[in-house]
Amino acid sequence: MNVIELKDIVKTYEMGGVEEVHALQSINVSIGKNEYVAIMGPSGSGKSTLMNIIGCLDTPTSGLYQFNGVNVSEMDDNDLAKVRNKEIGFVFQTFNLLPRSDALHNVELPLIYGGIGATERKRRAMETLQHVGLGDRVHHKPNELSGGQRQRVAVARALVTRPSIILADEPTGNLDSKTGEEIMALFQELHDQGNTIILVTHEADIAGHAHRVVRLRDGKVETDELVVKRKNHPAVQAS
Amino acid sequence: MYFMTELKEGLLISFRAMRGNMLRSVLTTLGIVIGIVSVTLMATAIEGVNRAFARSAAAFGTDVLYVSRFSWVGNMDWALIRNRRQMKVEYASKIERQANLSDAVAPVVATRRRVYRGDKSIEDAFVSGTTHQYINAAGVTLEDGRFFTAEESNGGRPVCVVGANIVENVFPFEDPIGKVIRVAGHPYTVVGTAEKQGGLFGIFTADNRVFVPLLSFESKFGGRRDVTIQVRVADLTQMEDAKLELEGIIRKLRNLAPGKANDFNINQQELLTETFAPISLIIASIGLFITGLSLFVGGIGIMNIMFVSVSERTKEIGIRKAIGARQRTILLQFLIESASLCLIGGVLGLAIAFPLSLVVDQVLPTAMPMSVVFISIIISLVVGVVSGFLPAYRASKMDPVEALRYE
Repeated sequence: MNVIELKDIVKTYEMGGVEEVHALQSINVSIGKNEYVAIMGPSGSGKSTLMNIIGCLDTPTSGLYQFNGVNVSEMDDNDLAKVRNKEIGFVFQTFNLLPRSDALHNVELPLIYGGIGATERKRRAMETLQHVGLGDRVHHKPNELSGGQRQRVAVARALVTRPSIILADEPTGNLDSKTGEEIMALFQELHDQGNTIILVTHEADIAGHAHRVVRLRDGKVETDELVVKRKNHPAVQAS
Repeated sequence: MYFMTELKEGLLISFRAMRGNMLRSVLTTLGIVIGIVSVTLMATAIEGVNRAFARSAAAFGTDVLYVSRFSWVGNMDWALIRNRRQMKVEYASKIERQANLSDAVAPVVATRRRVYRGDKSIEDAFVSGTTHQYINAAGVTLEDGRFFTAEESNGGRPVCVVGANIVENVFPFEDPIGKVIRVAGHPYTVVGTAEKQGGLFGIFTADNRVFVPLLSFESKFGGRRDVTIQVRVADLTQMEDAKLELEGIIRKLRNLAPGKANDFNINQQELLTETFAPISLIIASIGLFITGLSLFVGGIGIMNIMFVSVSERTKEIGIRKAIGARQRTILLQFLIESASLCLIGGVLGLAIAFPLSLVVDQVLPTAMPMSVVFISIIISLVVGVVSGFLPAYRASKMDPVEALRYE
């Protein structure tokens, strides 16, 4: 069974009640377990809209979205919040950590909203932070961490609930290329451990890490193809 | 369990937020502090007014029972009353011996006479004939001199104690003690003056009175008058028991067979308190309403700052929603924040109001009622929740996509 099943997804925005913008026009995409997919496209192609829908932050105007076999396209806000909490780990371009909370608390947050007790929560958050290589930075606040470390905290926060998918939106966009490669290596590692990863990006070399690339243009899927020459990629060769 | 986790998280967030905006939090809370201070002080002042009234009512004799042929209130058949047997002076000493719950008994007879000294006079002064026990069986306190003694009382000596009005009118420029006044022509030496009571109802105050020994009164102004027997109850809380005891004693003195109705009435000055109660209520309502307005203004301040706080933290709300915070969670978070702000304001307000109430106590003897403390705490919580609700609701309804995009 596919984790994500998008059928004829349409998203239309009304601008000022007169003009309609067709952000997505009949998208059909399926993503299976342990896939590593990049969604690419120039700005305005609808990739952010698609990401919001896949991430259950938004619902489609029409079409069917099944997540792990459950129809989420018509869920209400609270049920969507539950799906986001349990099944989706977000990694954002701007990290989106809570500035006043330390790394540990940031990672604990999804578990708090998941109703996990304090002891279990701390244990899992610590474990996940160690997993992303930040075991010695747990009590640092975001402004005391480097960009790469912040993104690692964000990845830990995404991972800590053991979600069905990790949804990364331009995860290297605010990082220098070296740190960016480190984060991409972390994603590769997570993928190797069995996680399903969806990358949203406009950079071809970042998308090159994925096993499959879905290209959008003007709200439609332009191409959807597997990446074959992975072994030749410099990042893979370096590691 | 889940709720407790959310509550703890909410508290943590709000304390971080308050600390992050220390000055703003303090200024906002100030509105609640001022509101709580004014409301509690007003309540304390009202308490003081009530206490002051209770005290002056006591001066008029709330603890004194007046036994007479008549009832002060209600319409009774005059023919019936006219035929009632008179109260007798000697009841007083018998009541004093038999009653356990009363500690002073004085028979009082009264008439209206002209009181004068030289060309200074007062028409229609109340001349009361009574015994030395009167000073204990009424709410009268002496200003100067003394009340007449048992010897003077029993000997029917021509001595008197005069009220404040008599002093003002008959002795405007001299010390009345030791001077002789004439009551309808008969000379009486002033031995004491009564403290001014102020007239709520002229008849209940001693200001317009001249007290003379009963024996002297009877010989000069005639006996066979209606006697009122004033009985002071030893313990105000046992008022009803004392009344029952007194009733029994008088029935026995008057040889009333069981089953026969009383041919006398036991009056008390409840009339005053009954009059004051609604007035007090009106003062309290208006006072608390006006000071309550300042608390209301404080609440508006909280609401305003919560709106600011919510829009400042739009991004944070977006992040929280993205990682699974439900609407309820966000709502609760902001409600907790505004409730905590107000609660802190309420506690600070009480901490400020308490020493101020001690200052008020210097002018108007009072004490901050315990109930006011509890109610203030609850009110500040309620203000917090009410004024925080709209901002919190707006936060909870934010679209996560929009909120995440916010910079």
